[in-house]
Amino acid sequence: MSKIFVFVEGHGSELKKGSLELLNAAKQSGREVIAGLVGPGTKALAAKAGQNGAKTVFVCDDAGLGHYNPDTFTAAVSTMVKESGADVVLASSSVMARDLFPRVAARLDSGVASDCTVLELSASGVKVRKPLYSGKCTAEVEFVNSPVRFVLMRPNQLPVGAADAAATATVREFPLPAGSGKITCKEMVKGASNKTDLTEANAIVSGGRGMQNAENFKILDDLANTLGATVGASRAVADAGWVPHSMQVGQTGKTVAPSLYIAAGISGAIQHLAGMSGSKVIVAINKDPDAPIFQKSTYGIVGDLFEVIPKLTEEFKKALHK
Amino acid sequence: MKIFVCLKQVPDTETRIQIKADKSGIEENGVKWVMNPYDEFAVEEALKLKEAKGAGSVTVISVGPKARVTEALRTAMAMGADDGIVIDSNEPLDTFWTAKALAGAIQKEGAFDMIFAGKLAIDDNAASVPQILAEALGLPHVTVVTKLTAGGTLVAEREIEGGAREIFEVQGPCVIAANKGLNTPRYASLPGIMKAKKKPLKEMALADTGVQASQLKTRLKDFQLPPEKPAVKMIAGDAATQAKELVRLIMDEAKVL
Ligand SMILES: Cc1cc2nc3c(=O)[nH]c(=O)nc-3n(C[C@H](O)[C@H](O)[C@H](O)COP(=O)(O)OP(=O)(O)OC[C@H]3O[C@@H](n4cnc5c(N)ncnc54)[C@H](O)[C@@H]3O)c2cc1C
Repeated sequence: MSKIFVFVEGHGSELKKGSLELLNAAKQSGREVIAGLVGPGTKALAAKAGQNGAKTVFVCDDAGLGHYNPDTFTAAVSTMVKESGADVVLASSSVMARDLFPRVAARLDSGVASDCTVLELSASGVKVRKPLYSGKCTAEVEFVNSPVRFVLMRPNQLPVGAADAAATATVREFPLPAGSGKITCKEMVKGASNKTDLTEANAIVSGGRGMQNAENFKILDDLANTLGATVGASRAVADAGWVPHSMQVGQTGKTVAPSLYIAAGISGAIQHLAGMSGSKVIVAINKDPDAPIFQKSTYGIVGDLFEVIPKLTEEFKKALHK
Repeated sequence: MKIFVCLKQVPDTETRIQIKADKSGIEENGVKWVMNPYDEFAVEEALKLKEAKGAGSVTVISVGPKARVTEALRTAMAMGADDGIVIDSNEPLDTFWTAKALAGAIQKEGAFDMIFAGKLAIDDNAASVPQILAEALGLPHVTVVTKLTAGGTLVAEREIEGGAREIFEVQGPCVIAANKGLNTPRYASLPGIMKAKKKPLKEMALADTGVQASQLKTRLKDFQLPPEKPAVKMIAGDAATQAKELVRLIMDEAKVL
C-alpha cells in the first residue's frame, strides 16, 4: 500500500487545525502516514503528530532555518518527500504551505492541486475537487503524469479525529540543507494580532462600510473575542484605511472558508462574495432588506448593526458561559 | 534593466459562468475577459522600477489562445509596457506547464534582471505559477509581496499570518509575485492605448518553448455548479429577540461552534 506524507505546522505548542484535519484523513485511509515538520522548535510537535496518526515523523529542526526561507525549506521538504517514498503529499493551505509546495512539486517534477475543498483518499488513489471562478463552479483536479501527487487543502473542510495519547511515532531527524544564499529572511515583523489568520479561522466576524469608522470596529472585536473569531473587513473598509489590507476578505483580499462567517454592514458585492461564499454558515446583518448578501446567507437579520452586534455579544457570552 | 511581467487573462468576476454540456470546462462564448487583477500590480511595479532606474524595458508575456490573450497584453502595453510575447496555446495547460512555457520563452530572450507576476490568478486561485517558474529558472522568489525596495540589494516584504510580515533580501535576478497593497496600478491613457497598438508583439508556438501539452501533470474535469444553498432564514423581531434567536440557531441548528 502506498504511503502518504502530511506536512504539519504548529501554532505555539499545538498543531494547526488544518494539519490535524489532514493527519486524520490520511490515517482514515488506512495507509502509512509520514508527517513532516520543518523549522526551529518543531521537534517538540513530533509527539503530537504521532498521537494524531503519523507512524513516522520527519523533523528538520535547526536554528539555521530561521523564521522562513523558501530556499532551505524547499530543499528540506523535497528531501523528506523523496525519502518518505510517499506518492501523495498533503498540506493545509497556510501562507507558508502555499509558498512552499508548488516549489517542492516542481522540484520533484510533479503537479500540485491547490486550494482544494474536497479530498477523498483510497488505498492507492486520491480524488480532489476545487472551486473555480470565485466559487461559481467546481471541478475535479485529476493527476495525470505526476509521480507524486501534491494536494493543498483549504482548512476547515474536513473533520479532526480524536488523538490517541498512547500512540507514538518514530522520529527521524534531517540536517539543515544548504541554501543558494541568494535569498535571506532579514526580519519578521509581528502583526497587530496574534489571532488565527483569516484564512485558517474557524469563525470570522467581518465589518463593511456600514461600520462607519475605524473606532466602531471595537464592537466587532468584542464579538470576535467572545467567539474566538478573527475580524475581517470588506474592501471599502480597507481602502478607507479603517483596517489594514491584511484584513480584507474577497477577490483582491483573502479567500476564507470558516465554519461561521458573520457579515455586518456589508452589501455583498460579487468581489466580496468571491472570498467568502465557501463558508459553511453565513450570517448577514444589514439594514437594507434588499442587500445582495442575504441571497448568499444562511441566516439574515434586517436591522441596525449598532443595536444587533452588542446584543449578539451578550447572548453569545451567556450561551458559551463566559 | 530588463524586466518581464507574466500576465494571465481571466473571466471578469461579474461574468456569468456556464459549464459545457460534457462538463469538460466552461463555455467561453460570451465571457468577458480581463487582465487578472493581481497582474495589474505586477505591471505597475515593473513600470515604476523601470522609471526609477531611468532606463530599461518592460516585456509582458502570456500563454493562451493568441487572439484572446493579446488583448490583455495590449492593455499592459497601454499602461506603459514596451513590448509583448504571446505563447500561442489553445490547449488548457496546468500550472506546471504554464510555468515551464513562460520559463522557456524568457530563457530564449537572453539576460534579464527581474520577473514580476501576480500572486495568484482569480480564476483558479492556484498561486503556483510564479513558484514553479522560479524553480524552473533556478531563481530566488518572494511570493505575496506588498513592498519592494530596489537599492543595491532588493528588499521584498511579504505578508504572512495575522498581518505579520517577513522581509527578504534577494541577490541577483529574481521572481516577485505582487499582492494588493504593493502599489496603485495606473490606468491606460488614451494616447497610451493608441501607442500600444503599434508596440512589438512577438509570437511563439508552445512547442518553441519546449512544452508539450500532452504531458499535463494535472487536468481539470467534471465541472459542476456548486450545490444550491437552501434559502436564507430571516430572523424577525427587535434587536434583542433577533440576537437571541440567532445564537440559538447557530448553536442548536447549525451547530458550528
Ligand atoms: C477589481 C475589484 C476587486 C474588488 N475586490 C474586493 C474584495 O476583495 N473585497 C471586497 O469586499 N470588495 C472588493 N471590491 C469592491 C466591491 O465591489 C464593493 O465595492 C465592496 O465590497 C463594498 O463594500 P461594503 O459592502 O463594505 O460597502 P457598501 O457596498 O457600501 O455596503 C455597505 C452596507 O452596509 C449597510 N449598512 C449601512 N449602515 C448600516 C447599519 N447601521 N446597520 C446595518 N447595515 C448597515 C448598507 O445597507 C450596505 O448594504 C472589488 C472591486 C473591484 C472592481
